[in-house]
Amino acid sequence: MEIDLPLVDKQIELLKAGDLVHLNGWIYTARDAAHKRMMEDKLQGNILPFDVERQTIYYAGPAPTPPGKVIGSIGPTTSSRMDPFTTFMLNQGVKGFIGKGPRSTEIRRALQQHGAVYFAAIGGAAALQARSIIKMETIAYEDLGAEAIRRLYVSGMAVYVANDCYGGSIFPEEYDYKE
Amino acid sequence: MRLVSASEITRKVAELCMHANYNLNDDIVSALQQARTQEEDHRAQEVLGLLLQNADVARLEHMAICQDTGMAVVFMELGQEVHVVDGDLEAAVNEGVRQGYQQGYLRKSTAHPITRVNIGDNTPAILHLRMVSGDQIKITVAPKGFGSENMGGLFFLKPGDGVKGIYDVVLETVRKAGGNPCPPMIIGVGIGGTMEHCTYLAKKALLRHIGSYHSDLSIASMEKELLDLVNQTNIGPQGFGGKTTALFVAIEISPTHIAGLPVAVNIGCHATRHKTDYL
Repeated sequence: MEIDLPLVDKQIELLKAGDLVHLNGWIYTARDAAHKRMMEDKLQGNILPFDVERQTIYYAGPAPTPPGKVIGSIGPTTSSRMDPFTTFMLNQGVKGFIGKGPRSTEIRRALQQHGAVYFAAIGGAAALQARSIIKMETIAYEDLGAEAIRRLYVSGMAVYVANDCYGGSIFPEEYDYKE
Repeated sequence: MRLVSASEITRKVAELCMHANYNLNDDIVSALQQARTQEEDHRAQEVLGLLLQNADVARLEHMAICQDTGMAVVFMELGQEVHVVDGDLEAAVNEGVRQGYQQGYLRKSTAHPITRVNIGDNTPAILHLRMVSGDQIKITVAPKGFGSENMGGLFFLKPGDGVKGIYDVVLETVRKAGGNPCPPMIIGVGIGGTMEHCTYLAKKALLRHIGSYHSDLSIASMEKELLDLVNQTNIGPQGFGGKTTALFVAIEISPTHIAGLPVAVNIGCHATRHKTDYL
């Protein structure tokens, strides 16, 4: 299934945990440090560095870009580390997340409540995945290096629907992330 | 006495950092291929196929297999007949890491543990140095990603807990890790020694060639039994379910104190990288 970004509700409703889909459009990278800073920014009354409404966040920090490439190797980092920030991001209007590994039961439920979706990219298939990225620009927190926020234009990026908007999961339930 | 210049060590470490990050070792490639033919789950087969395709792209295009090019763990066996000249050994290793990660477009992932400010050049190397006989230097660079490193554990069992206690903590660690460490995993288990030696043994076990079981047959049978048990957890490739949760379990043992039974579990991902060369 081909998915155009940003996500619309009709599209999200069609997604079922376990589906292999291909993403097309803009996504935004943010991992541990960028999440922490976005939350601090918001608490201090500042606006977020980009309009997150209906956008998809990718938990990733790429390797440096070799000459002649759009981007270096890039793959998902462990999503459960972003669980403490996810409800905040959902409240800001984010509709999609891409990462790897199971989320906590609470986040699975929060995704359902907000009508949002969590996709799993293949962890460690980072050279292959770099091929589906057509454009890359660093848009915020440049000082964070690999953890800066980047805007990526993806074409046919293969991901699995990991948690759908109905509470379904690709992961066997006993392996929901636990602290 | 054989003289080896510090700059040669730097050059070799830099080369190994790049080589290890671009080229998935043949034993892992074979194990992934074999797992794909044995998997019954369609999605698990599909994921294993993507991992193999990724290894090809990385090798051909000189791209990192995984963007997490890890902390540079360096195992060095220094022959006591070698004299390092024109520089300091540890500085030479760190300079090798600095150059390898810079020249190889590898991600710099080291940070101050509290302020979280990135060090900028992926140093320091985690150097395990051993003095051995002979006039050679054996260098192994094993970049270690933290998606898997974070999932490990150290346990202080009672001597009476024995083999069952060991199996229990390994399985508990694997179940808790679930899909997080990028399964199929390679599992390094250290048994015995002191606190720090036990974790060193677990890390060292990750260097073992897949399929080379321990020379002590009773330990080898533990490795096989644990692999079977781990593969019954239905975690599967990427945690999506399936019977390929791990490709291999390697155990290293060492005598310990009469009062203790330390067990360390170090989890490696499907791209457990290491490359060895000699100077």
